[in-house]
Amino acid sequence: MADDKATLLGYLRQMLEIRGFEDKVYELLSRNVIIGASHLSAGQEAVPVGACAALRPDDVITSTHRGHGHCIAKGGRLPEMMAELCGKSTGYSRGRGGSMHIADVAGGNLGATGIVGGNIPVATGAALAIKMRGEQRVVLCFFGDGACNNGVFHESLNMAGLWTLPVVYIIENNLYGMSVSTKRACAIDSMADRAASYNMPGVAVDGQRVLVVREAVREAVERARAGKGPTLIEARTYRYYGHSRSDPRKYRTREEEDHYRAERDPITLFKRYLLDEKVASAGEIEAVEKAVADAIEEATTYALDSPYPDESELYDFLYVE
Amino acid sequence: MPERFFWEAVRDAISGEMRRDPAVFVMGEDVAIYGGAYGATRGLYEEFGEERVRDTPISENTIAGAAAGAAMMGMRPVAEIMYADFLTLAMDQLVNTAAKNRYMFGGRTTVPMVLRTEGGTGRGIAAQHSQSTEAWFNHAPGIFLVMPATPYDAKGLLKTCIRDDNPILFIEHKMLYGTKGEVPDDEYTIPLGVADVKRSGDDVTIIAYSKVVLDTLEAADILAEEGIEADVIDLRTIKPLDMHTIVKSVRKTGRVVCVSEACRTNGVPSEIIARIQEEAFDWLDAPVARVCGEDVPIPMSPPLEAAAVPSPERIAAAAMRLME
Repeated sequence: MADDKATLLGYLRQMLEIRGFEDKVYELLSRNVIIGASHLSAGQEAVPVGACAALRPDDVITSTHRGHGHCIAKGGRLPEMMAELCGKSTGYSRGRGGSMHIADVAGGNLGATGIVGGNIPVATGAALAIKMRGEQRVVLCFFGDGACNNGVFHESLNMAGLWTLPVVYIIENNLYGMSVSTKRACAIDSMADRAASYNMPGVAVDGQRVLVVREAVREAVERARAGKGPTLIEARTYRYYGHSRSDPRKYRTREEEDHYRAERDPITLFKRYLLDEKVASAGEIEAVEKAVADAIEEATTYALDSPYPDESELYDFLYVE
Repeated sequence: MPERFFWEAVRDAISGEMRRDPAVFVMGEDVAIYGGAYGATRGLYEEFGEERVRDTPISENTIAGAAAGAAMMGMRPVAEIMYADFLTLAMDQLVNTAAKNRYMFGGRTTVPMVLRTEGGTGRGIAAQHSQSTEAWFNHAPGIFLVMPATPYDAKGLLKTCIRDDNPILFIEHKMLYGTKGEVPDDEYTIPLGVADVKRSGDDVTIIAYSKVVLDTLEAADILAEEGIEADVIDLRTIKPLDMHTIVKSVRKTGRVVCVSEACRTNGVPSEIIARIQEEAFDWLDAPVARVCGEDVPIPMSPPLEAAAVPSPERIAAAAMRLME
């Protein structure tokens, strides 16, 4: 099936939105306009955009501490996201969660967790609910390479394989769990190989190429929707910023970073594809870039102009009355 | 009114709710064919089948987290963790996911799940199968805590919990399963946050929950022989806590003993006693006493196990000291 131009430019736009959002957040963090912890996903854009491109609107995702890209790719709105990062009452979680706890349940994002691997059981349970209700929906569960060494990864994949649940587990392998490289943390080279223990296919893909990611996830989603069970996909990618603001990145070389930015950037690679395949002109790409830059500024203005929650609301939403 | 075992009351609450609402399902270790380690899910597998009564792998954290995920997607899971000691393995998903998600996401989701477990001493099964761990969860905002003492309360409260839209930890005491009590076959529920006065008296208030309610009622008999009438309050739900019933009793008696099988330090009585001095200090005629488990892992040896937890005699003695 050939892709139409609007679809492909849509992927470019989403990837640019993620990059622009993360760069803007970094700037706002540096100026102390945003406080707290924000884990930026610049460099990893092709994974969430390619993966969510394989979903239907009623499918759901679960997200991680590095979750801005997931939210945007699932259709999240930039103003509500930026407002959430600023702790404003207009944010997705009304300012209660911030960067690490954006949820857009109505839009199919069951939420981001600050516990590494913490969303994996939730995704598994969501898939169980879908199966029990006889629905034709699929759950996409994002997590990092670090989560693959946590107990819930193994517990959940075993349960999903055992019960043939409609869930696709996507490892965003960005080579480092905070500072520790996967080589120093994981007993095997390919985390996708772990799928063999849990009666599901394991697929490793180039996570810097949005269409490659989409094809792998599409196959997994179709499999899940057809009632054939889960898939584990390892998307190899790279994060440009440190783990968080306070990270001096001593554990990797500047040469390595330069290599990824120059040779493996997902947005540069996709733009080159669009030009080489004559899908879009340089002028059309620039127009998308301009529109995204404007949208980021609008979102930032909306967030900064929004009110904080009132102190009187401290106990709101703790329990259902 | 028919008499039912405590385990039957639990089972009947679940089966009744499963018949009433197709979203209710059971998952846990050995809950299906085996019927639960303490038999509280016996018969459910036969009636509802393996889709709705699910034996799980031994994966406590994923049992709790998958229950939360299923709840967020419209199901009403009744999950079981075999021993309260094993809640350590599920604690991350219970505390960081189930309890926090609604608040952390600004009210944009609900997590209507019940996690049943079983705790307490009495079977000589030592430190990793006998602990009372409720205080850990009393300290976790966002999750309710329910610990009934009678078959009647177990059935009525569990039905309420299954219908409630909040995550709830429902802890049954292992020595209660074989106790019997009157349980109507007719439909009834018991609201959360309403304590039950199990015996009325004017001289001393004794506050308890779960199995030590039975010990406290025995203590009240001992006290009555000495001419002391105890007001025995069964909290039934620890969170939400019924301070209204507690304060009303304190204003009547002026003397309070708080009882818990869990170890003393930072236990549920610690919090209740703090609340009493905040809300009823002027009515107290004596310092509030507590009778708790000792601050030790539960030992296997029968005399040591018995020494580690409250007894009717110790509860009565504490009340008598207050009357001096």
